[in-house]
Amino acid sequence: MKLSGWGRYPVLEARTHRPRSVDALRNLVLSEPNLIARGNGRAYGDSAINTSATIETRHINRMIAFDPASGQLVAEAGVLLGDIIAAFLPRGWFPMVTPGTKFVTLGGAIAADVHGKNHHKDGSFRSCVDWIDVMGPDGGIRRCSPQDDAAMFDHTLGGMGLTGVILRAAIRLRSVETAWIRQTTILAPNLKAAMAAFEATQDATYSVAWIDCLGTRGNLGRCLVMLGEHATHRDLPTGKAQAPFQTKTKRKLSVPIDFPAFALNSLTVRAFNALYYWAGARKTAEHLVDWDSYFYPLDAILGWNRIYGRKGFVQFQCALPLDQSEAGLTALLAEIAKAGSGSFLAVLKRFGKQDSAFSFPMDGYTLALDFTVTRKTLALLEQLDQITIEHGGRFYLAKDSRMRAETLRASDTRAADFRAHRDSHGYTSRFRSAQSERLAL
Amino acid sequence: MIKPPVLILGARSDIGKAVAHKFASLGHPVQLAARNASTLEADKTDMELRHGVSVTLHEFEALATETHDAFVAALPQLPEVAVCVVGLMGQQAENERDIQAACRVMRSNYEGPASILAVLANSFEARGSGTLVGISSVAGDRGRATNYVYGSAKAGFTAFLSGLRNRLAKRGVHVLTVLPGFVSTQMTEGMDLPAKLTAEPGEVADAIARAVAGRKDVVYFRPIWRLIMLIIRNIPERVFKRLKI
Ligand SMILES: Cc1cc2nc3c(=O)[nH]c(=O)nc-3n(C[C@H](O)[C@H](O)[C@H](O)COP(=O)(O)OP(=O)(O)OC[C@H]3O[C@@H](n4cnc5c(N)ncnc54)[C@H](O)[C@@H]3O)c2cc1C
Ligand SMILES: NC(=O)c1ccc[n+]([C@@H]2O[C@H](COP(=O)([O-])OP(=O)(O)OC[C@H]3O[C@@H](n4cnc5c(N)ncnc54)[C@H](OP(=O)(O)O)[C@@H]3O)[C@@H](O)[C@H]2O)c1
Repeated sequence: MKLSGWGRYPVLEARTHRPRSVDALRNLVLSEPNLIARGNGRAYGDSAINTSATIETRHINRMIAFDPASGQLVAEAGVLLGDIIAAFLPRGWFPMVTPGTKFVTLGGAIAADVHGKNHHKDGSFRSCVDWIDVMGPDGGIRRCSPQDDAAMFDHTLGGMGLTGVILRAAIRLRSVETAWIRQTTILAPNLKAAMAAFEATQDATYSVAWIDCLGTRGNLGRCLVMLGEHATHRDLPTGKAQAPFQTKTKRKLSVPIDFPAFALNSLTVRAFNALYYWAGARKTAEHLVDWDSYFYPLDAILGWNRIYGRKGFVQFQCALPLDQSEAGLTALLAEIAKAGSGSFLAVLKRFGKQDSAFSFPMDGYTLALDFTVTRKTLALLEQLDQITIEHGGRFYLAKDSRMRAETLRASDTRAADFRAHRDSHGYTSRFRSAQSERLAL
Repeated sequence: MIKPPVLILGARSDIGKAVAHKFASLGHPVQLAARNASTLEADKTDMELRHGVSVTLHEFEALATETHDAFVAALPQLPEVAVCVVGLMGQQAENERDIQAACRVMRSNYEGPASILAVLANSFEARGSGTLVGISSVAGDRGRATNYVYGSAKAGFTAFLSGLRNRLAKRGVHVLTVLPGFVSTQMTEGMDLPAKLTAEPGEVADAIARAVAGRKDVVYFRPIWRLIMLIIRNIPERVFKRLKI
């Protein structure tokens, strides 16, 4: 069947399997010459596609145990973060780390070692993982943790499915008193001000900036920096305090058809940006936002990836080291503004320290932007790649769908080590994705 | 307040599991009945963890109709809602060659499900309340060369449900016939189904819960299938017999 990631680019013809048990999965691992695990397909590009055998894990999705004393949940890899929230938020628990969509599987969150708005404070997904069970090329299952079989753990967190199939994990949830977030917004007229705001708010639990990437000169890097804290029981007005975990369930909107490509030209993006900026500007004072709107604003529009039209879209996400961040971001934003290829979503965020063998984040800043797929934007992305490399930055594989192997090697010395690790354990020939082949990983 | 239990017959199927999750998420204890019920231990734990309801497992063989009275009597509590998901598609080609295989398909889709619902119907009637849900299929709306053995058994089951509804309408017992079109499950895995006509098990489960609450009689899912089958039923036999559909 035709398979793609969330960006719907590239689209590949692939054979898929949907095992319903660990035994069925093992049979596939033992019989397919090579394969890749797939979670919920929210990676943008070709990370979760193997044309000869893509193994969907969404039927291996049972919760196994929960310890209310420690908040530890043991669950199979196909469980969605959204399922975890549905089951445990009413009991006062929330994921420790969550990406900008709740429709990711536990396996996908681990394989990409995803980050959330609290990376500067709490680190990547890895920091809430106590252990994982991984099926290797021989069908055997290894339980690894930061203490036991640490090399396996290290390479699997952020390893994009290239070290085996993650079957189960034990993760720690965060205890929360309510389902609400206290949000404050800081208006930053340019990049310098935005970075100053991030540096000054390192104590905030959550921080992220929406960035107007068509601003030029004095407006370059104009941002809304949004901070958030879990509201405590006392923070709620009496009405909400009576049912602290109850938020209105919103009606889901869905995008039923592909938008024509012209719908997202730079004019509409400009208008959208201006509106968003001024709407945000009116609401800078602290206010309460429900968890779903705060963490997952895009999930309210099912299938929003279709607004980019039939050709699909690509995301560019890089991380830059702290000392190079200002120069690098300035150069990237200037290049984007010059090209005038507006990005509907542009996000800037401060990362904190990060360990693990191949995870994406690094102490510094990350910038993420979406583009419709056109010849022009693909050329622009090549430029952005070069600027990133010149500033010591690297790229997020969960968002990548078009990078060249040389670009990866030039940006990240760890790529060669990761490949060597794969070679020495016999993974290279068995666990492969269209992305790993493109990137010679 | 504890809600009344819901019984799922054929709980190992994707649709059965989805329906069980749905009712559990609404706060109902669930009784999972299946062959080799012990293989559902992990699902039981999963449902209990997710939804905070109690889940019990019950060994059930639809074709052993002589055991059905005892099966119902042994349930910890007479359920308020019973959903029969049992079915067997088989291979049409094999059913044409091997009459035993064909009989098995006929019995699994009609005799077994009708038998267990008949037993439950009597208990529900005596109590004066309850909902019986039968999962039949649009395949029962008209026999086609490609799957008429399965389709004819489903047609029998659909007629059985219709008659049961007619009998129980004045006795406080609600009978719901569910007619799915294509659903993406183990049964249809590997088949190349049209995306717009194919539902996920979770969507079917949502529709069933809505129809139970709304005391609906017959539900097609996705709803477009009502129209499709209306057209298919109305093609004159003279024309139909030459069609390849
Ligand atoms: C709207 C949106 C917002 C996002 N926001 C963020 C964000 O804020 N931060 C962030 O970090 N990411 C973000 N992402 C990216 C997303 O979190 C990651 O791509 C995540 O990996 C997707 O999980 P998935 O279950 O859909 O996995 P898939 O997309 O199916 O797979 C992703 C990778 O994980 C591997 N994988 C999946 N399951 C397994 C398994 N069981 N065993 C081994 N390998 C496996 C696959 O092989 C593949 O390499 C966002 C994506 C979207 C669409
Ligand atoms: N998928 C579709 O497109 C579709 C369309 C229309 C209607 N339906 C109907 O929907 C229902 C569920 O189907 P599904 O797609 O989820 O497929 P499925 O997984 O094959 O479900 C059928 C279930 O029936 C059970 N069963 C069969 N014979 C039995 C017996 N003698 N005793 C006890 N249990 C028995 C099976 O149990 P085991 O697990 O033990 O084998 C299985 O769990 C079926 O009635 C099917 O006809 C499906």
